[in-house]
Amino acid sequence: MKHSIGFFFRESLRAMRRNAAPSFAALATITVTLIVVGVFIPIVQATTGAANSAADKVMVDVYMKDNATATDDARVLKELRTIPHVQRVGFESKKQALAQQKKANPLAYQILGGVNPLPDTFHVYPESPDYVLGIRSNILDASGSGHMLDPSIARVSNHTQDTSKLLIVTHFVTITAAVLAALLIAASILLIGNTIRLSLYARRREVEVMKLVGATDWFIRWPFVIEGIIVGACGAVLAISVLGITKLAVLDPLAKNWNLIEAPRTIPFLPLIFVLVGAGIVVSAIGSGLSLRRFLRV
Amino acid sequence: MANTNSRHRSSRQAVRSDAARTYARQSPNLKRPASQVATNNVIEFRGVTKKYGTGVYGLDQATFAVDREDFVFLIGSTGSGKSTVMRLLIKELEPTEGTIRVAGRDLSTISRRQIPFYRRNIGVVFQDFKLLQNRTVYDNVAYALQVTGHSRKEIRSKVPDILRLTGLSTKLHNYPDQLSGGEQQRVSIARAFVNHPPLLLADEPTGNLDPETSIDIMRLLYRINRTGTTVLVASHDHAMVDKMRRRVLELSAGRVIRDEATGLYARDESTREFAQRMRGPNETPQIF
Repeated sequence: MKHSIGFFFRESLRAMRRNAAPSFAALATITVTLIVVGVFIPIVQATTGAANSAADKVMVDVYMKDNATATDDARVLKELRTIPHVQRVGFESKKQALAQQKKANPLAYQILGGVNPLPDTFHVYPESPDYVLGIRSNILDASGSGHMLDPSIARVSNHTQDTSKLLIVTHFVTITAAVLAALLIAASILLIGNTIRLSLYARRREVEVMKLVGATDWFIRWPFVIEGIIVGACGAVLAISVLGITKLAVLDPLAKNWNLIEAPRTIPFLPLIFVLVGAGIVVSAIGSGLSLRRFLRV
Repeated sequence: MANTNSRHRSSRQAVRSDAARTYARQSPNLKRPASQVATNNVIEFRGVTKKYGTGVYGLDQATFAVDREDFVFLIGSTGSGKSTVMRLLIKELEPTEGTIRVAGRDLSTISRRQIPFYRRNIGVVFQDFKLLQNRTVYDNVAYALQVTGHSRKEIRSKVPDILRLTGLSTKLHNYPDQLSGGEQQRVSIARAFVNHPPLLLADEPTGNLDPETSIDIMRLLYRINRTGTTVLVASHDHAMVDKMRRRVLELSAGRVIRDEATGLYARDESTREFAQRMRGPNETPQIF
């Protein structure tokens, strides 16, 4: 390489020093955009995570008759497992159910004395929440015969309406979050690209002169790309600082009292830092390199 | 006096016929094969037409040639095609028809990727100076060396030399906006000449300058020409051109309408004599 990286790096620093206003505008845009993205990523994840965890709780409860024996239970378990799209089947015996209820409501169960009114119960979990209604109808009306899957089954939980509503809501939330995320990312790229283009437009004469002196396209482009990397990285660091301070000062104290913030599967802060720095650098550097193309046609 | 005038006239005629011979030699009517074109030409235009998208002709069947080490003026009113010639020569534009050769090389054979390397062999000076505003005088001149991959050491030795030649030794660390128009044009010339190109193009180099500064700039271009660089200057300042007494190509509506030497063609004049003559208000041409 005829020209060292040091040369291009010095050129970038000089350009930033002498064009402080456009560089600052690009830096501010990148910082603000990344703060918005940094806030939005965990929010989208928390929302879709909450929706998914609600959907994951969708299952079919199968209650056995009071006189069902252990042999009946074993047979039913086997039959339930053969139903298509069943991921797993959980079993809760009369005793386990009573113990759990006693723990949850000790006074009420004290009155009952030694009587256990609770049946043996199977919890049938579908592979996906969408299959739950199919599984339920398979148990209620085995092979279209109009009978229960097994004669020892007393009844099957009936939450058809609730399940349908829950599924619609979770789908809506997931799709809305995905659309919003896509829009935000597109808007961020366009906004950063536009700011870079404006700052380059102010320097188009400089590029023209460089071309007339005999500079090759890449000789001109490298300092701009390096400038993009520096501005992108600085913007990301500023955005992360703001997000970090906000997290420590506002969110963490609240999180102890507010479960939503501790929603499952949100991105931890460290990977978020890498995502933001990476996005800032890549968008800014590629934006600079590409936006410059039209000014190089001299 | 009569004797002086007749000698002057005969000298001028000799130069005119010399220029006319050069012109005739390159005429397409002679139908010489390209391989037999005299290699002494630095610039050669053969039937060059440039038609812009708007339908306006920038050049119309222009044919002329410029010899090595020559100093040629390109004159004409605004829109006559002077700048089109310059822009074609630096390959900022492509001709619609015809052939342009620089140092014997057909410009149509130069690909877009090769253009920067081609431009390094041509120094260009513009009316609006085209300096890099965010760089000092030193850095503006150094940039022309940096693009060609010169080492820092070479740059440190060459730049002060050229700035001394152009009279800018005390302005090394000034930015263009801290300089007068004449000084900026000197920086522009220093940048154009620092690589010692065989060809230097100047598009209205004195267009924005006062007469006294214009003479300084012309003197500088003359000095560069004396080092062996071919110089082509586009200008609409007839008075200045007449004083310079060099070969003149006149364009009108894109056509070459005149190709001759004006005044006495003083080839071996020193730069001091040149400047004295340029400044003299009603000087009588000296006879060499």
